[in-house]
Amino acid sequence: MKILVAVKRVVDYNVKVRAKADGSGVETTNVKMSMNPFDEIAVEEAIRLQEAGTAKEIVAISLGIAACQDTIRTALAMGADRGILVETEVELQPLAVAKLLQAVVDQEKPDLVILGKQAIDDDANQTGQMLAALLGWPQGTFASKVEVGAGTVNVTREVDGGLETVALKLPAVVTTDLRLNEPRFVKLPNIMKAKKKPLAVFKPADLGVDVAPRLITLKVQEPPKRQAGIKVDSVATLVDKLHNEAHAI
Amino acid sequence: MSILVIAEHDNAVLKAATLNTITAATQLGSDIAVLVAGHGCGAVAEAAAQVAGVKKVLLADAPHYAYQLAENMAALVVSLAGGYSHILAPSTAGGKNTLPRVAALLDVAQISDVIKVESADTFVRPIYAGNVLATVQSKDSVKVMTVRGTAFPAAVAVGGSASIEAAAPAADAGISRFVGQQLTQSDRPELTAARVIVSGGRGMGNGDNFKLLEDVADKMGAAVGASRAAVDAGFVPNDYQVGQTGKVVAPELYVAVGISGAIQHLAGMKDSKVIVAINKDEEAPIFQVADYGLVADLFTAIPELSKELDKLKAAG
Repeated sequence: MKILVAVKRVVDYNVKVRAKADGSGVETTNVKMSMNPFDEIAVEEAIRLQEAGTAKEIVAISLGIAACQDTIRTALAMGADRGILVETEVELQPLAVAKLLQAVVDQEKPDLVILGKQAIDDDANQTGQMLAALLGWPQGTFASKVEVGAGTVNVTREVDGGLETVALKLPAVVTTDLRLNEPRFVKLPNIMKAKKKPLAVFKPADLGVDVAPRLITLKVQEPPKRQAGIKVDSVATLVDKLHNEAHAI
Repeated sequence: MSILVIAEHDNAVLKAATLNTITAATQLGSDIAVLVAGHGCGAVAEAAAQVAGVKKVLLADAPHYAYQLAENMAALVVSLAGGYSHILAPSTAGGKNTLPRVAALLDVAQISDVIKVESADTFVRPIYAGNVLATVQSKDSVKVMTVRGTAFPAAVAVGGSASIEAAAPAADAGISRFVGQQLTQSDRPELTAARVIVSGGRGMGNGDNFKLLEDVADKMGAAVGASRAAVDAGFVPNDYQVGQTGKVVAPELYVAVGISGAIQHLAGMKDSKVIVAINKDEEAPIFQVADYGLVADLFTAIPELSKELDKLKAAG
């Protein structure tokens, strides 16, 4: 089977982001960028399916500014076979990304699309579901286990009360949860090899997709700061404070 | 303005998150309908009809809604969507699964995890693990959004008298099938609805040590939570996880034990009313948000806490 994996370039998860003083957005200049952690898990899962002989080809796709090439190269260094960049300066929202992915799916005809369950910048948790809807494909979101069978894929999902398993007819869309796998480290020789792997570049107009943002961000600001409280010296004092001062127990 | 709220339930009980979502809906308008889709879920519809503020309950009862698979749920919601200006669902695993599919089928954006309604088209939502709040305006004809339960009080579950109407089921899409589930059994309160939460992190060392926390939790009537580190280490099941990628909670009291306080964890609990941190590392970031901090080894502090709670109980 052929697998399409979507990867996003985001502010590194260790970075403490700041809202710009004018409220127009988040400070991203000179900030470390990395592949979205959930997408690393998506790439890893695709590679494992290839290593197991289930997948023949893995195509990694990213959408956004030219620097997203770096993110695709990382996926190629992990083991993806080739890359696609849909390049645009426009801020892409999940619906636009889903439409662009739909257009690429129509061309590439993968059997499975794997995405992260959410990007750690916009925290939307929408794109995989939207893509599945536009394609009319079934979806296995928040996956912690993926088992490909003949014409179907069984996905164990992380739900609020525990786990749930669904059987989906292929082709299907799967979004990854953190516990699906442990992504591998990229080795230097593989980074060198990845530079030689093919990477195609499209523009949204090539795909016939209108990517204009639907939601207008009016303001971005930091939430009210929580002040550090006091340190207590013993458990007895803690219980006393909680009981008599905070009235919490 | 007509608002459709998608009820979260297990065919027997209306889940509490629905009540918080109904409160968010009342901030948009008074013409509120609740969709109860499931199988053998008449009791849920009756419970929804009692909720204050609800005008109408739509009941779609069919075998292919039994497990609320997104493919079938989205088709149903879209078939009913005409005439509604807003479609809301709680920001639970169920709501997050279904609603973006609805939005895409309606060709509108979705607004995830709304924490504040500014007006009928303007909403506040957290981004970057809750480190930043974005105020967004939707120009779409239908506003499709998930609501963060902890940001809105629960609607009163009694006193309402909504009519219950049968909604015609949409056809079974037949592309997905429920296979099975493994739900975590617990007598403690549900994490997202608990008044008190005791959470453990990597510092717990192993799964057996979580019994120390469970003992304290039971004495406080608390739910037990965990950091991602504790879940990844296999100490407790994943549905215990509090944080950006787990559950978002805002109890009256949150006790963080052996949790360093990474931003991803803080995203899930920093709106708690009172935060207590017990950690032997006095530099741990959790102390920067804790109202009461105790620098101590949890293996001596937690048994002591258990004894102090007994004393408190004995004193009445």
